Amino acid sequence: MTTVPENDVGAAGAVPVTRAIRLRPRVRHYLIAAAIAVALVIPLVSSSFVTFQVTEVIIYGLAILGLNLLTGFNGQFSLGHSAFYGIGAYTTAILMHNYDIAYYWTVPAAGAVCFVVGFLFGLPALRLQNLYLALATFALGNATPQILKFHALEGLTGGVQGLVVDQPDPPDFLSFIDGDQWLYYFTLAVTLVMLAAAANLIRSRTGRAIKAIRDNPIAASAMGINTSLYKTLTFGVSALYTGVAGALSALAVAFVAPDSFTIFLSISLLVGLVIGGVGSIPGCIFGGLFVLYVPNIANSVSTGLAGAIYGVILLLVVFAMPAGAAGFVRYLVSQTRGLRPADAINSQGGKP
Amino acid sequence: MELLLQQVMAGLATGAIYACMALAVVMIYQAIDHLNFAQGEMAMFSTFIAWQLIAWGVPYWVAFAVTVMVSFVAGVLIDRVLFRPVQRAPILSQIVAFIALFSILNSSAGQIWDYTIKSFPTPFGHSPMFGGTLIDTHEAGMIGVTLAMLALLYLFFRGTRLGLAMRAAAANPESARLVGIRVGWMTALGWGMAASIGAVAGMLIAPVVFLEPNMMLGVLLYGFAGAVLGGLTSPAGAVAGGFAVGIIENLAGTFIPVFGRELKLTIALIVIVIVLMFRPSGVFGRRVVSRV
Amino acid sequence: MLLEVSGLNAFYGQNQALHGVAFSVDEGQMRTLLGANGAGKTTILRAICGMVRVTGNITFDGRRIAGRATEDVVRLGVAHVPEGRGTFLRLSVEENLRLGAMTRKGKAEIAGDIERVYVNFPRLKERRGQQAGTLSGGEQQMLAVGRALMLRPRLLLLDEPSFGLAPLIVEELFAILRRINEETGVAMLIVEQNAALALELAEHAYLLETGRMVMDAPSAVIGADESIRRSYLGY
Repeated sequence: MTTVPENDVGAAGAVPVTRAIRLRPRVRHYLIAAAIAVALVIPLVSSSFVTFQVTEVIIYGLAILGLNLLTGFNGQFSLGHSAFYGIGAYTTAILMHNYDIAYYWTVPAAGAVCFVVGFLFGLPALRLQNLYLALATFALGNATPQILKFHALEGLTGGVQGLVVDQPDPPDFLSFIDGDQWLYYFTLAVTLVMLAAAANLIRSRTGRAIKAIRDNPIAASAMGINTSLYKTLTFGVSALYTGVAGALSALAVAFVAPDSFTIFLSISLLVGLVIGGVGSIPGCIFGGLFVLYVPNIANSVSTGLAGAIYGVILLLVVFAMPAGAAGFVRYLVSQTRGLRPADAINSQGGKP
Repeated sequence: MELLLQQVMAGLATGAIYACMALAVVMIYQAIDHLNFAQGEMAMFSTFIAWQLIAWGVPYWVAFAVTVMVSFVAGVLIDRVLFRPVQRAPILSQIVAFIALFSILNSSAGQIWDYTIKSFPTPFGHSPMFGGTLIDTHEAGMIGVTLAMLALLYLFFRGTRLGLAMRAAAANPESARLVGIRVGWMTALGWGMAASIGAVAGMLIAPVVFLEPNMMLGVLLYGFAGAVLGGLTSPAGAVAGGFAVGIIENLAGTFIPVFGRELKLTIALIVIVIVLMFRPSGVFGRRVVSRV
Repeated sequence: MLLEVSGLNAFYGQNQALHGVAFSVDEGQMRTLLGANGAGKTTILRAICGMVRVTGNITFDGRRIAGRATEDVVRLGVAHVPEGRGTFLRLSVEENLRLGAMTRKGKAEIAGDIERVYVNFPRLKERRGQQAGTLSGGEQQMLAVGRALMLRPRLLLLDEPSFGLAPLIVEELFAILRRINEETGVAMLIVEQNAALALELAEHAYLLETGRMVMDAPSAVIGADESIRRSYLGY
């Protein structure tokens, strides 16, 4: 007999799984190449502002990917990722502002700092499930702006005012592009590397262990997987990803302030995650698009009712695509293909 | 010592607010087996409706009653229109639906009634209780009403057939269907009740924190914390948890040097998380023993 | 005829789990559904209770019930003890029993029925106030049957009642089931892996293989045919 807390929100059922669409490797490679080609061209044909916006989309996508690693692939809820985003951003800002360190070093530094913080947070989080973990991470997310505003740390953090960050200049051999475009390419490069790393991780043995823990923690540990180690490591990696996104955003926005990293950011990331498709790596970019553009759209329709319109759009999207964009795409693909043996196994609704 | 007692009493007074909210939280949890993040906004909206009725000249208790009934209906509608379509969807998607509801209610309230702070009347008055300064009549009234609601809910869930049916439907919907319970109705009933309790909570809280669209943000969180601390399946525990949170928050603010005032909420949450690490089902929650 | 099924097809998503199944159960009869794992036995019970998508005919007491909501079918007098028992683990034994009578009126009668369940299953009486989740497997099975009986059903559907239980307990349970059938006349349709015991209890058996009915015969006939027993029933 094992004791199960009565309020267990259900480990396996709580986190939906968007199974990856199985495309032939050649098809997948063509799609990725096409996407990268488009991405490379965008800043050359768009205004400065649009380039900035797409940079933001990529950054949010990366942040959402961080959350996805923890929640989508490992089944641990987090409402506190705004904290890691903020810590990453402030790491960059502090290193550049107070210690004059070059921007490209601050990004991995932010990642490292966030990894440590995430890992440390993951340790007590081991004892908490779902709902309680949500509360604990909420506390983390809530504390962060307060700590950042804390007067005793003002010398470091700039207090309520925040810190200004100098926008990086393009390197000499690329002097024909401007600062915004360089920032875009820098962000894109970092993100692509991290996307590839994440995809590799998920497909590896470690990735399978991580997913096994999400699907059935008891079975996973019975199979010899060190669940505690993997869960805390995943927390660390997840924090790392979101932290790097935060660092990149500090460079893009050229400014950090405590109130940019409130719990509402955490909620936005969660919304982006679900809309994009939990457990889907490409879905993260779609989530980023949603998080950036839909509030703007709502605002342009009516400033006073922006929140209400955003809510209605969100509801409609969730009703139409309960498994997120990735889930919807998967559904479309399976419809056009008809039933194939691989899909037949996946579409099992229950035991006969 | 005098200061400690004062702070404890003050904590009880604010705790009454959280306890009331915690009750609504537990109520919805009993109905749908997880939390509704828009609970606070629903309560806030209901309170605005009451305010509007009173502003139009309706007597307090009539406005109170009408608001409670309208809230019940609204709760059922929200269940049908918002929750039903995502019922079979993954929990994270349901959470996003609640986030959407939050946004809709918050923004609409701001648009209809604007963001200026309004005062809300209390039937209990604000005179000091027992002659001293520890607690006033409204705060005593809050505690009284919360405890009364708790008693009623307890009698309902433990003592009536319908209450048992609701508990069964929430615990195991498929089995509940197998004994003939109309699970859909039970869920709708739960939503209605939670909305009504939330409305009462809002109307009790508003005289203290003053009425404006963002009034419930912090309160809901404290209410959650209290409910979780007390154990999500125990309404009495939730109420006790709410009071406890009020006391912890006040003591933290007063006695912890340097951080205290600024980080009250965080400290309260940390305390709760620590408690949960040792008692995962909350202080009063019932542990389910299940065989693997 | 109490329960009549004809041309029944059932679907889990895109997969068809039952193909043109037909059978019947009359008042007071005890019949059993046999077959290997995955043959579709549980699906038939779920189809009767509206828990799976179907095409075809299911008639109970003259009323068409195919595709009707579970709670409506139950209210007509069909009690289903599902796979896994479906016990309300957090509630007490007595609360579980009371829930079984949720759709009935008459406090005195219901109380009387609870006592009768305790007579049939004395172990439950000892544990009446205990949380159902703390009961042993055998006791939970008895509780599940007891709860189903509280409905005063015309038809009792049992899905693998012997699953996970020690042989002695299973014999005890089956003896009680026989006695209940004799005393109250409730019809039973039992899905069982343990073919030998099921054939002893029920008078008629249906054999399923990958969603199709391949035999429809009195238990004595199936039990006597050694080749059938060897190939389908494993003994």
